[in-house]
Formats: sequence, C-alpha cells, structure tokens
Amino acid sequence: MGGVLAVAEARGGVLRGVSREVVTAARTLASELGGDVAALVVGGPGISASAAELGAFGADRVFVAEGEALGAYAPDAMLRAVEELQDRESYDAIVLPATAQGKDLGPRLAARLDRPMATDVTGLEVQDGHPVVVRPEYAGKALARLRFTAAPAILSVRPNVFLPEERPGQGAVEPLSVETAPVRMKVHPVEAGERGTLDVTEASVVVSGGRGMGGPENWSLLEDLRDALGDGVALGASRAVVDAGWRPHEEQVGQTGKVVTPNLYFAIGISGAIQHLAGMRTAKTVVAINKDPEAPIFQVADYGIVGDLFEIVPRLSEEIRKVREG
Amino acid sequence: MKSIVCIKRVPDTEARVRIASDGTSLDPSGVKFVLNPYDEFALEEAIRLKEAVGEGSVTAVCLGPKEAAEQLRTALAMGADEAVHLVAEPSHDGLVTARALAEEIRGREFDLLLFGKQAVDDDHMQVPAMVAEMLDLPCATVVVELEVSDGHVTARREVEGGHETVEFDLPGVVAAQKGLNEPRYPSLKGIMAAKRKPLEEKAVELADSSLELVSLSEPPPAEGGQIVGEGAGAVPELVRKLREEAKVL
Repeated sequence: MGGVLAVAEARGGVLRGVSREVVTAARTLASELGGDVAALVVGGPGISASAAELGAFGADRVFVAEGEALGAYAPDAMLRAVEELQDRESYDAIVLPATAQGKDLGPRLAARLDRPMATDVTGLEVQDGHPVVVRPEYAGKALARLRFTAAPAILSVRPNVFLPEERPGQGAVEPLSVETAPVRMKVHPVEAGERGTLDVTEASVVVSGGRGMGGPENWSLLEDLRDALGDGVALGASRAVVDAGWRPHEEQVGQTGKVVTPNLYFAIGISGAIQHLAGMRTAKTVVAINKDPEAPIFQVADYGIVGDLFEIVPRLSEEIRKVREG
Repeated sequence: MKSIVCIKRVPDTEARVRIASDGTSLDPSGVKFVLNPYDEFALEEAIRLKEAVGEGSVTAVCLGPKEAAEQLRTALAMGADEAVHLVAEPSHDGLVTARALAEEIRGREFDLLLFGKQAVDDDHMQVPAMVAEMLDLPCATVVVELEVSDGHVTARREVEGGHETVEFDLPGVVAAQKGLNEPRYPSLKGIMAAKRKPLEEKAVELADSSLELVSLSEPPPAEGGQIVGEGAGAVPELVRKLREEAKVL
C-alpha cells in the first residue's frame, strides 16, 4: 500500500520519451515518501515491449494495458485504469507528464478522486511527509510553492525538467485489463504536423524568430540553422510574428503561447517583450541576436551578438556545421 | 444553440508581476486587469454558433472579485445575452473553483459549455476538464477547430507536434485555444446594449482546499550574460563558447 504511481504516455504502440521523466520524478517522491513506484502504460498493440524499459528509470512494477482501442488517447479507459489501481493500492501520489495528454487527463482524474492537482511542476520535495511542489505561474513571472495535505497528491511534471535517471534493476511487467467501452468521447489517432512530431515544448534546442526577421519569406534562414543543429531542434516564434500571420500559433513562445525549457534557445530578431521572456526564461542557455544593443532580450541572454541577423545567422549555420562535422 | 461560457479576470500579459507583502498574492497596484485572452476565443465561438443557428443564447459566468463585473460587461458587449457573477476571490486550487462553477452550472440547461484553455494568471489548466468530470460530460481541451452539427461535436485539439480529433454528442465541454477564431472587439452599439443586459450577482462560499499555497515569489533575476561581439565576425567566438563553456553544441 502507498507508493507513487507514474502515468506514462504512449502514442500508438510507442512509449513517449517524457514517460521516463515522469518515472524519474515519481522515484524522487517515493524515495522520501516511502513505498514502490508503479508505472501505468496504456497503449496500442506493441506497447508491452517498450513499457519494460521504465524499470530502468525507477519503476518497480509496470502495469500495461495494451489493445487496439488504446492506440489513440483513450481518456475514459485511462481514468478507469487509474481509479482501479488507486482503489487497490492507495498511492500517496500520482504523477503525470505536463503534456497535452497529461494536462487533459490529470484534472479529470483529480475531479474524479476529489483531490487537488498541481500542473506543470518544476520542483519537487517532501516535507514532514507531505509533497511540496514548485510551479511557475504567470508564465514564469512568479513561482508558487504548494503543499499537499491530503493523499493522493496529483501533479504533472513539465517536460525537460526532471531528466531521466537510470538505475540498476528492472520493473516487473504486469498486464492490466481495462474496460474500453462505453466511452463518452471518441479520440482519433494523432495526425503529425508537416515536420514530424517534435514540438517546441519537447525540443532540446529551439530556434525562434521575431519581427526582426522582416517577413515570413526569410524563415529559410532559421530552417537552415535548425538543420545545421541536427536532431531535436524545433522552430519557435514571438507573438508579434504569429499575430502577423507569418508563423502558425503552435510555434508561439510566451505567455499566450508555449513555455519552453530547452538546453539551448536562440532568440533571433526578438526584442524580448515581457510576455516572451516569460515563456523562455527557464531555457538553460540563451543566445540572442539583435541589431539593437538596448533590446531587453540581451538582459536574459547568456550570449549575445549585436548586428544584422541576415549576415550573422548564415555564418552561424556555417560555423555550427563545421564544428559538428569536424 | 445554448452555450455557457466561463470567464476569468486576470492581469494583462504585459503586466509586471510583483508579489504583495503577504507573500502569497499578487500586488495589484498599477496592474491592468483584463478578460483572460483564451476566454475571448471561447466567447467568440459561442456567439458565432448562436449566430449560425439563428437562435439560442450565450450566458457568461465568472467567479471573481467585485471588480470582475467589468469583464462580464465586456462579455455582454461582445454579444453574450446574460451574465452571472459568482462573487468570491478565486482559489489557488482549481478543484475549489471548479466545484463552485459546477454547482452553478448543474441546474442549467445548455448544449455547450465553453472555457478558455487556461487562465494566464495561475496557468493551472484544470478547471474545464474538472467541471466536465463533475458534470459527467465529454470534454475536449486545447481546441483549435470546432464543428457542431445535429447535436454532434467534432473538435480538433493541439497536441505535441500535431493535432488530434475528438468527437462527442452534446451536451459537452470545450476549452478554447488561440487560433480557434478571431475574437471581435465590442462595438459601440454592443457596449451600449451591454448596459441593459441582465447581470446577476451571487455571493458564493468556496470550499476548503487540501492544497496549501505556501508562498509566491519572484524568480531569481536573470544574470544577464555577455555580448560576445558585433556582426558576423563574432560568430566563431560564439560557437566556441557554446561548445566549450556552455557545452551545448
């Protein structure tokens, strides 16, 4: 009894990488709260094979529900699965990923279990037996510290924050049967965007452009820089260029867009409005390129170059290719 | 088509955030408050759906302090028919807010219940899906395209690197994302008409929370880095620093 449940995320029969982070965060909690870490994986045919790897990131038990009807996001079936496990095991905490799926499922679960939830958690500790979390509010302009006083504590962890930690040992995989009908809503499989499925919130490097880019026709410069940087790179945009219709809103970084936490963030032709800074200030390394030396973006950038981006960016792509290939 | 739209009063996204001396709330001095940007998309969608069918109603519901009447008037000026103001300071706990809203909505007749996908103050992104569960309704969050016909909803929602389509029968819940539509500005005529539309005020007692807000603090100030140089000539030095100092290349 007790312990922590990590709700993993799958797409079709494939486990998504963020699941390792969820298990890692659950392990952090369980090491203080006591008890085992159990992972729940719900997915399409083939998911059982990849679910076992969660053992290496801290799951003692891995419950797997696999089925044709579970390939696409199945909120009703997942809710039933978690409720059933919670009834049986009385977890002290339930951890989800703060992804589109986890942010949809988490609050439903919280309402069903009649417990509060903390979304987008970036810090985690246990004080006197109670989980205490830190999470950004106002898109990161403030940090809230919240203490759970009733179990189970329900929380979702922001991607790219709790980096997966491998540990020796293997989780025992246990099949779980889940009732898949009836459902209140039907969810179709994800249609991937033009550039595959990498989202700006999950990328390890983000190349963002602002009004200084001059127009949508100049984005080939940023695409070239993205390609030079290799895999795991996504394009981002400021609100000004999204509002101008230059770029799709799913690329928008900032308070009414997405909050990103990559290892490396390029702000190119972005002056650094307060609502944009809110969305990228937790990036680990920030590079700014802007012609205005007074631009606020330079105050949050680790490295800056002042000058004409149309000369700097192509040179940057070239130099990065050189070091990556050399 | 009868819709209910839940809205919130929030600080403008351009506002600088300062923490009040109690250490757990925002210092409101000098802060401009607005209708939550995502709620504008929800309102616009409800008004369009009513206009498309040619009949129905749009009811705006807001849980907020006295001053939130201003945001309800904005909703009425955009085209909502009536407004309900649940007067209370919103909780830091989404579950508490969701309970109060569900309580109000439970007895009402409606086809669609709309929300903005999140409020830009606490960014909790919880209340729409919580209210849906409390009322045992189907729900689609982060919706960028919505089609309603013959009592059936087809909603396209944004997910990492793509989109996902959700279908359900009315009544149901939709949480709007930017891109769903282009919200209208209230017209002068709309603003005048809003003054005569019904706005019901109700005092509500919020339930206790088992999530304690220990503190709210400002993040440590950015250290501010270094200007590596000017122009394209500075690029090799930047690349060297990214590789050797920051170790990110």
